[in-house]
Amino acid sequence: MANMAPKKTAMPEQEPNVRNKNFKEVALGYTEEMAKEEATRCLHCKNKPCVSGCPVNVHIPEFIAKVAEGDFEGAYQEIALTNSLPAVCGRVCPQENQCEGKCVRGIKAEPVGVGRLERFVADWHMAHGSDKVEKPASNGHKVAIVGAGPAGLTCAGDLAKMGYQVTVYEAFHAAGGVLIYGIPEFRLPKAIVAKEVAKLEQLGVEIKTDMVIGKVDSVDELFEQGFEAVFIGSGAGLPSFMNIEGESLLGVYSANEYLTRINLMKAYKDGYDTPLAKSNKVAVIGGGNVAMDAARCAKRMGAETVYIVYRRSMEELPARAEEVHHAQEEGIIFKLLNNPVKILGDDQGRVCGMECVEMELGEPDASGRRRPIAKEGSNFTLDVDTVIMSIGTSPNPLIRTTTTGLEANKHGCLIAKENGATTKEGVYAGGDAVTGAATVILAMGAGKTAAQSIDEYIKSKC
Amino acid sequence: MYKIVTKRELNDTVTLMEIEAPHIARKAKAGQFIIFRVDEQGERVPLTIADYDTEKGTVTIIFQIVGASTKLLNTLNAGDSILDFVGPLGVPTHIDPEAKRVCVIGGGVGNAIAYPQAKALHNAGIQVDMIAGFRSKDIVILEDEMRAVTDNLYMMTDDGTYGEKGLVTDKLKQLIEAGNHYDLVVAIGPVIMMKFVAATTKPHNIKTLVSLNPIMIDGTGMCGGCRVRVGGKMKFACVDGPDFDGHEVDFDELMHRNSFYKEQEATARDHECRLLKGGNQNG
Ligand SMILES: Cc1cc2nc3c(=O)[nH]c(=O)nc-3n(C[C@H](O)[C@H](O)[C@H](O)COP(=O)(O)OP(=O)(O)OC[C@H]3O[C@@H](n4cnc5c(N)ncnc54)[C@H](O)[C@@H]3O)c2cc1C
Ligand SMILES: Cc1cc2nc3c(=O)[nH]c(=O)nc-3n(C[C@H](O)[C@H](O)[C@H](O)COP(=O)(O)OP(=O)(O)OC[C@H]3O[C@@H](n4cnc5c(N)ncnc54)[C@H](O)[C@@H]3O)c2cc1C
Ligand code: SF4
Ligand code: SF4
Ligand code: FES
Repeated sequence: MANMAPKKTAMPEQEPNVRNKNFKEVALGYTEEMAKEEATRCLHCKNKPCVSGCPVNVHIPEFIAKVAEGDFEGAYQEIALTNSLPAVCGRVCPQENQCEGKCVRGIKAEPVGVGRLERFVADWHMAHGSDKVEKPASNGHKVAIVGAGPAGLTCAGDLAKMGYQVTVYEAFHAAGGVLIYGIPEFRLPKAIVAKEVAKLEQLGVEIKTDMVIGKVDSVDELFEQGFEAVFIGSGAGLPSFMNIEGESLLGVYSANEYLTRINLMKAYKDGYDTPLAKSNKVAVIGGGNVAMDAARCAKRMGAETVYIVYRRSMEELPARAEEVHHAQEEGIIFKLLNNPVKILGDDQGRVCGMECVEMELGEPDASGRRRPIAKEGSNFTLDVDTVIMSIGTSPNPLIRTTTTGLEANKHGCLIAKENGATTKEGVYAGGDAVTGAATVILAMGAGKTAAQSIDEYIKSKC
Repeated sequence: MYKIVTKRELNDTVTLMEIEAPHIARKAKAGQFIIFRVDEQGERVPLTIADYDTEKGTVTIIFQIVGASTKLLNTLNAGDSILDFVGPLGVPTHIDPEAKRVCVIGGGVGNAIAYPQAKALHNAGIQVDMIAGFRSKDIVILEDEMRAVTDNLYMMTDDGTYGEKGLVTDKLKQLIEAGNHYDLVVAIGPVIMMKFVAATTKPHNIKTLVSLNPIMIDGTGMCGGCRVRVGGKMKFACVDGPDFDGHEVDFDELMHRNSFYKEQEATARDHECRLLKGGNQNG
């Protein structure tokens, strides 16, 4: 008989007023007992709707059954069949739109905590399991990967397991992509990412950091150096600004800059040289995961008041439900249906306020969401000293402008078929570089698919 | 890790290093830059590629010791290594193939950045005049190197202790008014100097290239920290530059943005323009 508790087994968390002053992980993870209890809420539906909601089709009821039995290693092996980064996905997937969004338990009450269970299993495995990774015998073929984000790393891992000699080129000084420069420590401990990267290295993947492809070697030159195929997982890192007055004032950041200074360059840790302005009143513009992360980082860096300024309503907020909830608990103030029109500066050119206008929702637009319209004469000033622009990113043009025959659409996204093949022979692409800013799991899925396609492509040529 | 092959102190505050980075040396062109990080705790700091040697596989950097990271770098010696060295970044300087005569202007450590440009122009068969400005005799750098790649080299010092006394713009005005015709002026140095060079050439309609040095992090177009206003539009200096049309650049905004992380007013002339005090740091 299944456990019919209407709510998910509670997740232990740091107290909001404690955690908003530190960078340690917010959610502390299930104990074995809690995991088993939550696992018994699964009905093991024959048609597995949850699985259809997961972009990589994790064998959800199967792994949950193993958790209920207490066979945590078995559960891990079940997940690992289709997901190579469960410790990451369990933490950052927008489960409410994916696996859990399809769970039948969710119709009347809360869905099964699939993400929490996945995280538990992955963490348990990291702590107890043995990951004796054996370097597979080489098949003598070389593949290059551009970008060490979830797409590139997944593609690299899968190819290495098939025996390919894989080299990953990463522009930054560390591997992980958004997982290390964007998503903060309190949501995804960097040690987890580092472990995944170390595992790849044990598989024989060579990771070359400090290599900006297109500047140092181009994709065409990688082929000349003997690589038989190239996978591009360069992400969507180009930040947008609003083009409103005052964006060059001191105290205006892109979320990318703000988060990079804090996460990658560790401005929050003593001993690191990275400077960051001391802010008291911060406005973060936007409503996605990036905005939530920037706002919660600002709070942790000591800001007294932090606003999320978003032009639509709570319903349209694109961030993960859990992040919005956590942000609210931590005291972030949501200024919904508001849009900035101008950033104000003092006589020293520093941000001293932001003029906003109230919005109302009109007819649905192309995205299907109701279009926000400014209310005439509703302008008001928000008292802030820092503004963080978090209104979206697009793919960096560096690769497409330096590679012959590689085509992109009007948004700058690389054109790729379902199997990852781009318009250039031997070049495959996936993740945010193709879709525009999306999710970790979709990037991983694309990396997996491309690895398959690359294998078929290289074999077909031999 | 990237090995320091040679280290030479050009004066009390300016050091030259050759760094082993064959993959960058192979690709580098005049006008491009690298980003270095000394160690795990270090900042990412941009420096122009002052020279490169494809055979030795080295890249030369010349830096002024102004703050924490350049100080730290200067504590290292030949044989030591630094953790990160990324490049070549930015767009190489574009020289109009029609140009016949160019005036290159360097200010202070900016001469180290102007020198490879002068060399590239000279090697392309273009007549190069160079005006090299320094505060005073004891900080003159690279004179022999500059002389070797220029047709006329005018040394200027603020205090008259070496070469002629005066500002680089005084000399430029004098040369233009004396009827010298330049197809292009390239100015590299403190922002304030570049601003006044651009103002000097504007009435004569001489195309003027300046090399901008906003604060940077990634150098690949991903943070927007290096944004500058050129011709009224927002540009990212690391990918759209660092060279821009001097008549289009908003220099005041640049000076202002560069002062953001400044703790106290710098005493060096190179910083006298950055009047803002009290930029607070907390990390
Ligand atoms: C702050 C933030 C929070 C997010 N939160 C979530 C979340 O909670 N859940 C979720 O599912 N998704 C989230 N996302 C989105 C998710 O992180 C991305 O969709 C995902 O990382 C995309 O993976 P990727 O491999 O395509 O690209 P990226 O992770 O962007 O990695 C691309 C890598 O390529 C490198 N690169 C780029 N150009 C070059 C070049 N020319 N040469 C060499 N290397 C290059 C980059 O430096 C980078 O390391 C978030 C994103 C951000 C920014
Ligand atoms: C494309 C480019 C090429 C450059 N080439 C050279 C070069 O060849 N030789 C050279 O000596 N310098 C060069 N610079 C400037 C050099 O990057 C800065 O002097 C350096 O960042 C100072 O670091 P620091 O930690 O020692 O000093 P900090 O303590 O960080 O700063 C000292 C002073 O430098 C300013 N500053 C800090 N960071 C930067 C930055 N990233 N860019 C500009 N100013 C900054 C601060 O506002 C302050 O006034 C270049 C800058 C750019 C953007
Ligand atoms: S990978 Fe993501 S979507 Fe799939 S089951 Fe796990 S948490 Fe759900
Ligand atoms: S839909 Fe929900 S209850 Fe059904 S198998 Fe999936 S997780 Fe279990
Ligand atoms: S340095 Fe980050 S965009 Fe130019």
